[in-house]
Amino acid sequence: MPRLETDSGPVWKRRTTSKQWAIWFGWLVGLAIAAYAWQGISEKTIWFFVQDAPRQAADIGGRMIPPKLSYMSRLWAPIWDTLNIATLGTVIALIIAVPVAFAAARNTTPHPIVRTIAIFIIVSSRSVNSLIWALMLVFIFGPGVLAGTIAIGLRSVGFCAKLLYEGIEEIDHNQVEAIEATGASGAQKMAYGIVPQVLPTFAGIGVFRWDINIRESTILGLVGAGGIGLELNGSINTLAWTQVSMILLVILVTVIVSEWVSAKVRGAII
Amino acid sequence: MLRLEGLKKRYKTGDETLKGVDLEIPDGQVIALIGPSGAGKSTLIRCVNRLVEPTGGKAFLGDLELTSLSSSKLRKARSRMGMIFQEYALVERLTVMENVLSGRLGYVGFWKSYFRRFPAADVHEAYRLLDRVGLMHMADKRADELSGGQRQRVGICRALIQNPDLLLIDEPTASLDPKTSRQIMRLINELCEERGLAVIINIHDVLLAQMFSQRVVGLKLGEIVYDGKPDGLTPEVLTDIYGEEDWEATIEKVEDEDGEDDESGEGGEDGENLEENAALGNLT
Amino acid sequence: MSVSSPGSGQPFPNNWRKPPFIKNPLLRWSIIIGAAIYLALAFGTMDVNWQRAAEGLPRGQRFLAAFFPPNFSDNLGVMWDGIFESIWMAIISTIAGIALSIPIGLGAAKNLAPKWVYLLNRGIIGGSRTFPEVILAIFAVKLFGFGPFAGFVALSIGTIGFYAKLLAEDIENMSATQAEAIKATGASWFQWINYAIQPQVMPRMIGLSVYRLDINFRESAVVGIVGGGGIGATLNTAFERYEFDTAAAILLIIIAIVMALEYTSGFLRKYVQ
Repeated sequence: MPRLETDSGPVWKRRTTSKQWAIWFGWLVGLAIAAYAWQGISEKTIWFFVQDAPRQAADIGGRMIPPKLSYMSRLWAPIWDTLNIATLGTVIALIIAVPVAFAAARNTTPHPIVRTIAIFIIVSSRSVNSLIWALMLVFIFGPGVLAGTIAIGLRSVGFCAKLLYEGIEEIDHNQVEAIEATGASGAQKMAYGIVPQVLPTFAGIGVFRWDINIRESTILGLVGAGGIGLELNGSINTLAWTQVSMILLVILVTVIVSEWVSAKVRGAII
Repeated sequence: MLRLEGLKKRYKTGDETLKGVDLEIPDGQVIALIGPSGAGKSTLIRCVNRLVEPTGGKAFLGDLELTSLSSSKLRKARSRMGMIFQEYALVERLTVMENVLSGRLGYVGFWKSYFRRFPAADVHEAYRLLDRVGLMHMADKRADELSGGQRQRVGICRALIQNPDLLLIDEPTASLDPKTSRQIMRLINELCEERGLAVIINIHDVLLAQMFSQRVVGLKLGEIVYDGKPDGLTPEVLTDIYGEEDWEATIEKVEDEDGEDDESGEGGEDGENLEENAALGNLT
Repeated sequence: MSVSSPGSGQPFPNNWRKPPFIKNPLLRWSIIIGAAIYLALAFGTMDVNWQRAAEGLPRGQRFLAAFFPPNFSDNLGVMWDGIFESIWMAIISTIAGIALSIPIGLGAAKNLAPKWVYLLNRGIIGGSRTFPEVILAIFAVKLFGFGPFAGFVALSIGTIGFYAKLLAEDIENMSATQAEAIKATGASWFQWINYAIQPQVMPRMIGLSVYRLDINFRESAVVGIVGGGGIGATLNTAFERYEFDTAAAILLIIIAIVMALEYTSGFLRKYVQ
């Protein structure tokens, strides 16, 4: 009851007293967790380095300027590789994601056990970052573009399948029922009633993920899985800061262009 | 001919929606199924083609017992029963033509239908039907570009191209304005007469039910409480079906059989529409 | 057009083709051929050592075999250290990131900020969005030294790119009439933010902060690979020492925590909305 009767007449408050206490308590708990978390980090930090950071930043920043433009001639191939890792990885992911999504959606799954397995595939693929996938795949396939492509593919399966199965669960059931009522078989019901409804979602997800993958594939080189990250890693290790700034510039441009392309394509689809 | 014998449906929630319905519909008869929301009208027609699985009783289409069919035989049987839906239920991202041709899915194999290679006779019939309902020029439009009345006409074509023996129609006019509702009902009536089909129409609007059917069946809480001629719907009968209400305005004699053939909603018919709206208002 | 009259009597065609998705045939074919050429080039230039890749299958088998059974016991202490470090990192960087995101997000909303503030804040958002957390972490490690502090800085900056952008978009999409109504009462700028903007964007923002916590935890597993501390560092060490059974255990723990977080965030978001 936000209205309280007091000696000097009724007083309006936003919340009741007990609710107000609960909120204060919530803040207190949150604050305690935050303080404890901060404590956990700060005890492992060497504060001398942190104090020295502004000077370091100025130093490195100074060495990065101007970016070494002539280095560009050696970057075209890694950019092309990065683009391929992202694109082919997305294609692989979409191919795998479609059956997984249909198995995971409540209204299309053949059996609850199949659904559980599909959900597990989705969660594991999403939980493990592409860099970790790449780390493992480099062990298997050796360093190179192949490991990177598969890593991006495996990482994206979960993302694409999750969005896609949510899309499948949101379809208009009446349209499916109408197709069923014509005497259509299960496969026909899928092709006429369900697929047309989720196709735009599917295309949108593909483009969206491609955009994210461009960004992710720029770092795979750090663990040897090909692309521009390889050059970045090499340049940082050799302290070639003008090359580093050139690479960052190139990544910036690539990401902006891919964002623009994906926005255009999505606009055309939807 | 459709025959229902003691058809029952109990949902998992425990609600008994149909309590043993007996009904016989000879070929060429259009019956209107009226009753309040929740009376089981939708469940009844969905139990016929088993979009909803009945829990008891039998349904026969001619001599074929529908309620015991295996799933592949059921598909064949479904292709003999056309269905028209309340919200049209067109696949919105497919073209009008694909929606009409989807009525033939029960007759065409998967890959043929997947690559949209329907037999020439089916395509011919689809064009003929679209022309018949005045939508020839819309064949390659996407279904979501159409107005409500146009969509329902596509829905009718989809049901008729099945070449059915029976039409199941679920609230065909619930999402349409009064004028379009009448046009659609008239169209359904004409087409069924041409083919001599047995038809069940679920309908909320008593006035339309009286105008466009030869027989009215009143359903209340899963049981038939009226079965007879449209003009037998007296205030007492309607009170029995729907509950207490002033029914006089609803059942006053209907003489609205003048053609309303033009599509445009303008013109001097506003007064008439108002009257219909008033009638609609009584039932909602 | 007449509804009731029978058809027009014209002859009906016997065949029909579905109209193509892209109507202009020149555009359609150039897209198809372009895609084919690209795929051919992409596969052609993919520098794959097929012999090495073919060896991958038995290697992969041995690799996977080394994962089983996951070994939770041998390095238990180190694993717990790593996990807690990751959790602390995720919590602190989410709080710091959101605290920084609020002024930046307000400044990046077109309907609140003057043009130059808008451009400045959009620039900050764009910059922090462009570079993956791992690249940010590499530089943070260079500046702050190895350890969780570097990871914390990298994840905080990453949070700004995510959170401030969504906050700004949410503010731009809010109902203008409600904002106007509060302004019309003569409220000050802060009162206006508090009464008109905050109630509209709050529920979604709370949901997003839990979601970002989830992301930050996941990312904390990778910033460790480049020296940013947390479970990622433990994982990297396990890989470097070929202790794959420990690595498997760590991966399983990550998956379990992410699942738990995802479940909580779904629950919380439902509760808030």
